[in-house]
Amino acid sequence: MILVLCAIGIWILGWWLNSRLASGPYAGTRMVRFLAPLIFGLTVIGIWELLVKGLEVPLVILPAPSIIWDRFWDSLPVLWADFVQTIIKGALSGYIIGCGAALLMAIAVDRWDFLRLGLLPVGNFVAALPIVGTAPILVMWFGFDWHSKAAVVVVMVFFPMLVNTVAGLREATAMQRDLMETYAATYWQSFFKLRFPAAMPFVFNGLKISTTLALIGAIVAEFFGSPTLGMGFRISTSVGQLSLDMVWAEIVVAALAGTAFYGLVAMIEKAVTFWHPSQRG
Amino acid sequence: MKQIVAVLTVIAALVVFWYVACIPMNIKGVLTEQERAGAEVQPPSAKDRRDMGEFGLVLNNSFAIPATWEQDRPRLPAPHQVAVELWETTVLKKITSKRSLIYHGWVTLSATMLGFAIGTGLGILLAVGIVHSRVMDLSVMPWAIVSQTIPIIALAPMIIVVLYSVGIQGIIPKAIISAYLSFFPVVVGMVKGLRSPDAMQLDLLRTYSASRSQGFWKLQLPASMPYLFTSLKIGIAASLVGAIVGELPTGAVAGLGARLLAGSYYGQTVQIWSALFAAAILAACLVGLLGVVERAVLKRMGMAQ
Repeated sequence: MILVLCAIGIWILGWWLNSRLASGPYAGTRMVRFLAPLIFGLTVIGIWELLVKGLEVPLVILPAPSIIWDRFWDSLPVLWADFVQTIIKGALSGYIIGCGAALLMAIAVDRWDFLRLGLLPVGNFVAALPIVGTAPILVMWFGFDWHSKAAVVVVMVFFPMLVNTVAGLREATAMQRDLMETYAATYWQSFFKLRFPAAMPFVFNGLKISTTLALIGAIVAEFFGSPTLGMGFRISTSVGQLSLDMVWAEIVVAALAGTAFYGLVAMIEKAVTFWHPSQRG
Repeated sequence: MKQIVAVLTVIAALVVFWYVACIPMNIKGVLTEQERAGAEVQPPSAKDRRDMGEFGLVLNNSFAIPATWEQDRPRLPAPHQVAVELWETTVLKKITSKRSLIYHGWVTLSATMLGFAIGTGLGILLAVGIVHSRVMDLSVMPWAIVSQTIPIIALAPMIIVVLYSVGIQGIIPKAIISAYLSFFPVVVGMVKGLRSPDAMQLDLLRTYSASRSQGFWKLQLPASMPYLFTSLKIGIAASLVGAIVGELPTGAVAGLGARLLAGSYYGQTVQIWSALFAAAILAACLVGLLGVVERAVLKRMGMAQ
């Protein structure tokens, strides 16, 4: 009971701190923007810990953060092996192949107007479909190892990437194209010097959407069959053994990997599209 | 007009490609079947055929090509096989039958809709809270954005099992997964929408001495509608994926996800493909329906382009 009261106390404290920060003299500074979500996150974890301990929630329903933390450090080698299998081998290779293929396809689509008219509605349509459903088929074709996961990721990231890149390649205005024309630029000169750089914000938008899709594809595909390794495999078997601390540890890894992957792409974007208004801040 | 011709050409090309792809994909299985039926197959020994490439086999045994589109359990079913299976399991079967895709589709659809309703409802509420309270904006909004980069679907099996162990099963666990997948896109889109009125418009309302709630109902909420519909379309597609994935760990009882899993257990490829197409058609209908509603609402509000 005391622990539950402590949890309520922490909630009030966190709320008070954040409302002081939000209405205080430093509101709007970088530090507050960083501090406020941090305090919120710590508050949630504190309440979680105290409530689970205080109400004696069984381990098979919700493990306390401290138990998850211990499990995370104890099984680092296992988690690392799963990470390499699912993220590096499955998601990353599929991401590179899928986005690369979509980029080349988009260049071809942009070259021929007929292809753009025909393929773009189809691509837009397919991008909204539950493509994860192809996982059982691809697992059947490419076997249980990471190749099939990479294949699922390729199919998942291809269409969002294609649609975004094609939209980006039409971004250069008529005036700018005319200027290139007056310079007597060839198609490819005008492509590499004007239209491709102008498409970069859109390309990176597609790349950023694809990071999450890649992780989802790689993890869900493992629910349909995998070697005795991988994050999706570990999650589904640990759920079966009711060792939920392991499941949560994997989710921590997935969250870290997802944020890091997205952050990396966003950093590259910042370096490449430094000229774009949204990046100049 | 030109666009329709182009789209049809692309779709026709895809179908042709599909038929052609069936030939090398299925040739090995077909040749084994043909050999058992007593046909002359080149090369005759199964071991040689295993080591040969698919294309060589096709060239040597061109008589077997039609059979690659008629197999019982092909690696890649031909389009007409999938279409026939879809027709048989939707129109010809009674909808109470366990083999009817309408029945399975309804199981998935009801979980999707319930989850979508919960997810969008809570999402809009949180967005309103974020826009109106600086504290919530500062502390919750970054987490809502970060959560979009996390594959939250990894939580799905755990949610199902945990809720099962406390005695909740059936539609609710799937709906919860659907709800949290559609929740975050709606929050982010709706916050953007509620903030879309510019300073000029806000100032105008101030000169009318409008109260805060009047400003919300008369300016912010209407202005957020285009953003809301865009994120609703993303949200409903995510909800459907959530419902399908939520059906996997329960051991393939009912629903489109269960059809996919059962098909992959028993090698029923035609069943997998037909379930996949049923899911695709369902997604297309849901997104299309939202598109129609969007157009009607924006037209009524005078915002349609």
